[in-house]
Amino acid sequence: MKSFLEALRGQPGPIAATAFILLLVLYAFTVPLFTADPFSMAGMSILDAFTPPLWMDGGQTAMPLGADDQGRNLLTAMAYGLRTSIMVGVISVVIGLVLGGALGLISGFVGGRTDALIMRLADVQLAYPALLLAMVIDAIATAVLGRGRSNEMAIAIVIVSIGIAFWVQYARTIRSSVMIERNQEYVAAARVTGRSNTAILVKHILPNVMAPVLVIATINLGIAIITEATLSFLGIGIPATYPSLGSLIRNGNAYLQSGEWWISLWPCLVLVVLVVAVNVLGDHLRDHFNPKIRGRS
Amino acid sequence: MISYTVGRILQTLLVLLVISFIAFLLVATLGDPLGLLLPPEASLADRQELIARLGLDQPLLARFLHFLGGMMQGDFGLSYRTQEGVGAMIAARLPATIELAFASLLVTLFVGVPLGILCGVRPNAAISRVVMLVSIAGITLPNFVVGVLLIAIFSVQLGWFPSFGRGQTVDLGGWTTGLLTLSGWQAVILPAITLAAFQVTFVIRMLRTQLLEVGQSEHIRFARARGLSERRVWFSYAMRNALLPTITMLALQLGNVIAFSVVTEGVFAWPGLGSLFLQSVQSADIPVIAIYLIFVGAVFMIINLIVELSYPLLDPRLRRGRA
Repeated sequence: MKSFLEALRGQPGPIAATAFILLLVLYAFTVPLFTADPFSMAGMSILDAFTPPLWMDGGQTAMPLGADDQGRNLLTAMAYGLRTSIMVGVISVVIGLVLGGALGLISGFVGGRTDALIMRLADVQLAYPALLLAMVIDAIATAVLGRGRSNEMAIAIVIVSIGIAFWVQYARTIRSSVMIERNQEYVAAARVTGRSNTAILVKHILPNVMAPVLVIATINLGIAIITEATLSFLGIGIPATYPSLGSLIRNGNAYLQSGEWWISLWPCLVLVVLVVAVNVLGDHLRDHFNPKIRGRS
Repeated sequence: MISYTVGRILQTLLVLLVISFIAFLLVATLGDPLGLLLPPEASLADRQELIARLGLDQPLLARFLHFLGGMMQGDFGLSYRTQEGVGAMIAARLPATIELAFASLLVTLFVGVPLGILCGVRPNAAISRVVMLVSIAGITLPNFVVGVLLIAIFSVQLGWFPSFGRGQTVDLGGWTTGLLTLSGWQAVILPAITLAAFQVTFVIRMLRTQLLEVGQSEHIRFARARGLSERRVWFSYAMRNALLPTITMLALQLGNVIAFSVVTEGVFAWPGLGSLFLQSVQSADIPVIAIYLIFVGAVFMIINLIVELSYPLLDPRLRRGRA
């Protein structure tokens, strides 16, 4: 945390990005506390359907950004959608991190055949872009679990699909760091004191190889959020009956043709601001924690 | 050189074999082909007959060999969703995707390359700065958002281009083309720009970085010292060195382009391979997904192989080094 604040000192771009992220998180997690869920009966009022934004003819002060086809206040609906998107993004990154991290640790520490097997698996997976893989995993989950799935099930499937699609990068990074660390003297010292392999891996090596991976995770958070939005937009991820940035844009896209642009373009804007902010922060952290670049700037 | 080439080809074939096996496992273990292919009133005899016809009573390895053999003869299995042959479905959708990819390649070549050269040769000019600023949008905007924005502006507000479909197509003996009609050209423009947005940005940034680097190098300074014209220095000396890494990086991005083509086809309801894949994912049509994965993997790896094996043709130093 301290080094994170240090990384931001005197950097207006990354500071602004962090501020935007905090604002959006605040918006996403406080608005739902005192408003009715726009995707329940209480949250929509069909009489207000297609209310335009405040500054256009027929705008209402209660709905400054307008309402969608079901009369949902977009300002509220987007908070719910943003909350889903942020949670899906964060949890899927954590899943990818844990899965890739564990495989990378094992691969780098054990070596030999296990290492070869895991890394060849990674090679095969790298022949496909993560977005495509997430779609395929989603389809497999649908085939296994059946089609009549609930909203919660659909969200869980999306999270796991994105998590699995991104494990390779973490595994490769951790593996290469572990291969360097395992020959260090402190590992030999720990072994002499009689610690088990698991304890050495988790308690001694892991803390030393985490930093670069956490930076990759920040960058991947942006990609994971885009992936969720893309999947939901294409009708594969989160169903249209549940708010996420992607499903809101998908819903609004149907009315783009008839001129109700605000239903899809506001969520697009929020998505872009969130992703750009996360990317700016991620890029900055990568440069800051990369000693090769650090010396030059 | 020859042993290296053969080695790389064998390696590619091996990975393709692994991919085919994984794809086969998907088909073999997921879903219930009998329940989906048989009508509900089918008799036990019908059932037995289908089991034998699909080879479901064989051991797994034999079924895999049968699967591979079938693919060699153009039998790619049956779709659960439409019960058509997967091969025929893919063949019917392929022209639309190839034409979209071709159109977006044209956009990349005629927009990305000139702008990249401009930004590399004149990095401090105002117009280069504007191009670099706008190119950030190409990297950060999600692909489908680019499509939605283009539709909002150019087909809803301005009404210049259609927002979905291929327009009027002409059938040229199995190959349906939209490039012979005016409406076909109008229809391809927005999807092509959407698909190219990423590549254009990528080419601009790569060419700029490469040209800036090459521009500093000894042989360029020497060429200038010999009194060659600026035009000659940049186009026949610097470009030669800058193109190779750009082409390599672009080829490595092919996987992303394939994924983006799925998204683009989804946004514009473009009736190509990508929409076929989307429909298959939505309905969990595993046989189509499996064949699509093999197809995409094969295209991706063959293009990578061609790029890698053609280095010596582009770069004489590699020819001498390995001979």
